[in-house]
Amino acid sequence: MRYSGWRVIREALTGHKGWTPAWRDPEPQAAYDILVVGGGGHGLATAYYLAKEFGQAKIAVLEKGYIGGGNVGRNTTIIRSNYLLDGNQPFYEFSLKLWEGLEQDFNYNAMVSQRGIINLFHTDAQRDAYTRRGNAMILHGADAEMLNRDQVRALYPFLNFDNARFPIKGALMQRRGGTVRHDAVAWGYARGADQRGVDIIQNCEVTGIRTEHGRVTGVDTTRGFIGAKKVGVAVAGSSSKVMAHAGMRLPMESHVLQAFVSEGLKPVIDGVMTYGAGHFYVSQSDKGGLVFGGDIDGYNSYAQRGNMPVVEDVAEGGMSLMPMIGRARLLRMWGGIMDMSMDGSPIIDKTDIDGLYFNGGWCYGGFKATPASGWCFAHLLATDQSHSTATAYRFDRFRKGLMIDEKGQGAQPNLH
Amino acid sequence: MIINHPLLGPRDAQEFVYLGDASLIGRPDGMTEGAVDAFHDYLYLRDNPAGEHRELWYHEQGDRSWLVVTRNTVTHEVVSVEIARDVARKMGRSK
Ligand SMILES: Cc1cc2nc3c(=O)[nH]c(=O)nc-3n(C[C@H](O)[C@H](O)[C@H](O)COP(=O)(O)OP(=O)(O)OC[C@H]3O[C@@H](n4cnc5c(N)ncnc54)[C@H](O)[C@@H]3O)c2cc1C
Repeated sequence: MRYSGWRVIREALTGHKGWTPAWRDPEPQAAYDILVVGGGGHGLATAYYLAKEFGQAKIAVLEKGYIGGGNVGRNTTIIRSNYLLDGNQPFYEFSLKLWEGLEQDFNYNAMVSQRGIINLFHTDAQRDAYTRRGNAMILHGADAEMLNRDQVRALYPFLNFDNARFPIKGALMQRRGGTVRHDAVAWGYARGADQRGVDIIQNCEVTGIRTEHGRVTGVDTTRGFIGAKKVGVAVAGSSSKVMAHAGMRLPMESHVLQAFVSEGLKPVIDGVMTYGAGHFYVSQSDKGGLVFGGDIDGYNSYAQRGNMPVVEDVAEGGMSLMPMIGRARLLRMWGGIMDMSMDGSPIIDKTDIDGLYFNGGWCYGGFKATPASGWCFAHLLATDQSHSTATAYRFDRFRKGLMIDEKGQGAQPNLH
Repeated sequence: MIINHPLLGPRDAQEFVYLGDASLIGRPDGMTEGAVDAFHDYLYLRDNPAGEHRELWYHEQGDRSWLVVTRNTVTHEVVSVEIARDVARKMGRSK
């Protein structure tokens, strides 16, 4: 079924009896050509582009829980392409361009909203660093603008401009950045993939990866063995657990990141704002809730819930940036498990086992990457070659000294 | 999370800085054959288990000791706490 304005009107006039489920709930077949493990944003996007752009068939997505139950439904929905380094910027700009056409492409309202993102700065040195970043972005075909203090004040007059420790001096603005309804991304890709024949199999946990003579032959799951010529793993925070089934150790640690939503308020923040110095970022959802967060908790965790010290840290950051936030009540908070890599950048690569491919290491920033990650992973699975924007995302970059370390923190995952 | 410091008793985890997997104590010998591979694995690869994990915590806002904390990464339960120096010595290190 194609969704359109006409369809909504027709259904409204006929009692909404014509809507059908957005995707099937098939039984797993005995074997597939390509299995994608993980029904998060990246896994679903991979399956969608495999079928749509790379002409592949006999594909299934295996999801341990339900579609959208992982990080794709837990993130704070920010999209942007304001990266500095060569290995990253072209990839994230490719992703932003895909976001711009996504809703038409998969015929689903994902509420892509390019409301603009600003990164605040507080010192001359930080301004210089953001000017450099902005120039790098422009050189790679993205948009970037430096805002001075008055321009930031015109946007958000209520900010604490004269904070003694971090007075606001200006901001780097990317107007094409913004937010997207995260669940709708999972649902839109799931529906689009299903329409092209992909089997989306939920409640199906991969418990083993079988190989023969150095070649993958399929996976063991809670719903039995499923054979496959190729297996692509995209399981975010569970990456180390799943790849251990193939005897691999990854350059990665799993950490918890928390997020917070306030009660619904009248419109007050129409864009996205990051306050790195204060470990705080915020936007406002279309329902009116302030959506905000800060740093990861900082210790290995698979718990999907964090601890109070970071809650306090985030609240302090919010109070120092916009003191009026203290009047808002917190409605919900939750955590998600991040696949924090050793240099803060992702991996989309083959493994030493023929037919086994890996996509992970997205840290706290993989939502914005969803379309390009899916596209590039599909490209790799279909052609055995890295996509031109993802050539730097290799396992061997650590061995070769080619780390992509945006923050310059070294091999310390909890600091990226 | 409360870390039961062997010398100071129960302390809030907030007083500590986290480094990571306690295997970092076992730094490879740079002079041996295969040292490049050993250092790659030491620096960049991690077991990253869901369950019990031995990890290094530094009591920065306390007595500045390094501890090896065994903690469950699924429940956040702290199972045992040792002084990292004792662990290193047991592994044959001189300090
Ligand atoms: C609080 C929070 C805020 C964030 N904010 C942002 C943001 O503003 N902008 C941004 O760009 N990014 C953000 N991120 C990061 C982003 O959400 C992730 O990087 C991204 O969603 C990860 O990719 P995914 O969607 O495929 O992951 P997931 O949705 O987690 O998908 C992985 C799937 O694999 C499944 N799985 C695991 N093990 C198995 C198994 N053995 N067998 C089968 N299936 C399995 C899981 O159930 C899960 O559904 C945030 C994350 C969190 C937690």
